[in-house]
Amino acid sequence: MALVREQGTPSPSGPNGRPRELAPQSGLATVGTSELHARLTGVTKVFPSPSGENPVHALGPINMAVERGEFFAIVGPSGCGKSTLLDILAGLASPTDGTVVFENKPISGEVPPGIGVVFQEDASFPWLTVWDNVAFGLRRAGFERGETTKRVEHWLRFMGLADFARAHPAHLSGGMRQRVCIARTLVLEPRMILLDEPFGALDQQTRLLMGDELLRLWRATGATVVLITHAIDEACMLADRVGVMTARPGRFADVAVTRWPSDRDSRIVSDQSFGQLTGRVWSILRDESIKAIGRADGDIGGRSP
Amino acid sequence: MTRAGGVRILVAAGLVLSLEICCRSGIINMATMIPPSEMLGAIVDLARSGRLLKESLPTFRNVTIAFVLAVGLGVIGGTVLHSLPRVRRVLDPLLASYYAVPFFALYPLFVVIFGLNDWPLIMIGIVFAGVAVVVSTLNGIDRVPPVLLKVARIYRMSRTAQVGLVILPAIALPLFTGIKLALAYSFIGILAGEFILASAGIGHAIAFAYDAFDNRTMYGLIAFTLILVTLMNMGLQACERLLLKGRSR
Repeated sequence: MALVREQGTPSPSGPNGRPRELAPQSGLATVGTSELHARLTGVTKVFPSPSGENPVHALGPINMAVERGEFFAIVGPSGCGKSTLLDILAGLASPTDGTVVFENKPISGEVPPGIGVVFQEDASFPWLTVWDNVAFGLRRAGFERGETTKRVEHWLRFMGLADFARAHPAHLSGGMRQRVCIARTLVLEPRMILLDEPFGALDQQTRLLMGDELLRLWRATGATVVLITHAIDEACMLADRVGVMTARPGRFADVAVTRWPSDRDSRIVSDQSFGQLTGRVWSILRDESIKAIGRADGDIGGRSP
Repeated sequence: MTRAGGVRILVAAGLVLSLEICCRSGIINMATMIPPSEMLGAIVDLARSGRLLKESLPTFRNVTIAFVLAVGLGVIGGTVLHSLPRVRRVLDPLLASYYAVPFFALYPLFVVIFGLNDWPLIMIGIVFAGVAVVVSTLNGIDRVPPVLLKVARIYRMSRTAQVGLVILPAIALPLFTGIKLALAYSFIGILAGEFILASAGIGHAIAFAYDAFDNRTMYGLIAFTLILVTLMNMGLQACERLLLKGRSR
């Protein structure tokens, strides 16, 4: 269970013994063992400003490759473009430059079949019961009633929501509502699941347990998972690889391979190498976060000392 | 029934009883206003004679047409306007000051355009009620969480499917406020129009009774209108409760 550097990236230690900022921008970030599932090449995102001047360069250039069945986590300072990256990968936003390929087909302005997305915010439909929320996508896709019932009941049981099938989301806790959204995504059996800080609004204990559930369903489905999170421990506990992004414009400063066994769970946080891994990720993230905060101070009025 | 509902009924009953006592004891001159019990008697007499139905039918037909069109056009107008932000920026001040415009002054114009029939009245009802629905639709869509629209895109919904399956259910609460206002405004527009120019309808019958010093018929019709509008609003509120059941804690 050792921490392993990404192939083709520099050593994490700098001349003063501190981890160096590492930028594998020249090569694609992959584990390099199996089939490629999604690839971003030279992706950038520039947002025009309302006045038409000083456009905001939010992202990139980003090169990234995710393998089929991999669990890839992305951490980065606030405002570095993590969610923008996920939107581009999902087909919810178009890149300014570069290409995005999912299952060997380019993504262009539409979410391709086979991708499921779970958001940080509560995205359950408040006017539908838990059952109807989970069945929503199946009905849209024209599944027959028997198959819909079978799948919905399976995922409600899997997510521990069977007793709340007839409840409305307003009567559930935040964690349960998030599980409804995850079940609604998984019921369509996506081949790639994109999660945008799905546990961001939950307390630490619930997040750890939700992380266990996420690992359980990742193993059960065999889907590729890309997780955006601001929690270093969450990323290091869950992922096969952790991509660390720079301050805006977001790029990968480092990609760490965790080498955890696939049957891991939240107890891995007590492993000695877990501390090394989080320490290494934090050392890079700390510098980038300071840059991001410093820029924010400058934006406010340049009063930083 | 809730405690608040019980208190509301008690307050209303108290006011009616006070009015009855004031009229019967001479505090209020019976030539000025008749007691509520007399109003109820007048309603019963009008119903028995068939006049209530005769006067009510054209009014309710026109109110129904105006209300349905105001809601339909208001929802469509609000949705379209929301998708055209530049046009909305131009129209926003007009929408904000809309109810300061004396629409009844447009009645002759509507007569010129639509002729001497029910449509000028219906148009008054639509222009009076429709903007309440447009404004509530706009406010509702403004408050739809963007994440729900992202979910709609993940399911690759067409714009029409997004409106029908996500946006309209999401804006049900503010939209229902607009619908309740639209019902009230449709009634106000149609009744006021009937007062001025129509040759039939409750508004016309009230004005006719007023001119003929027929207080009993006039107050009977006014009480009938108030009771009916209150019952319709209660019906709408029951629909609202049913629709929004389970959405809040």
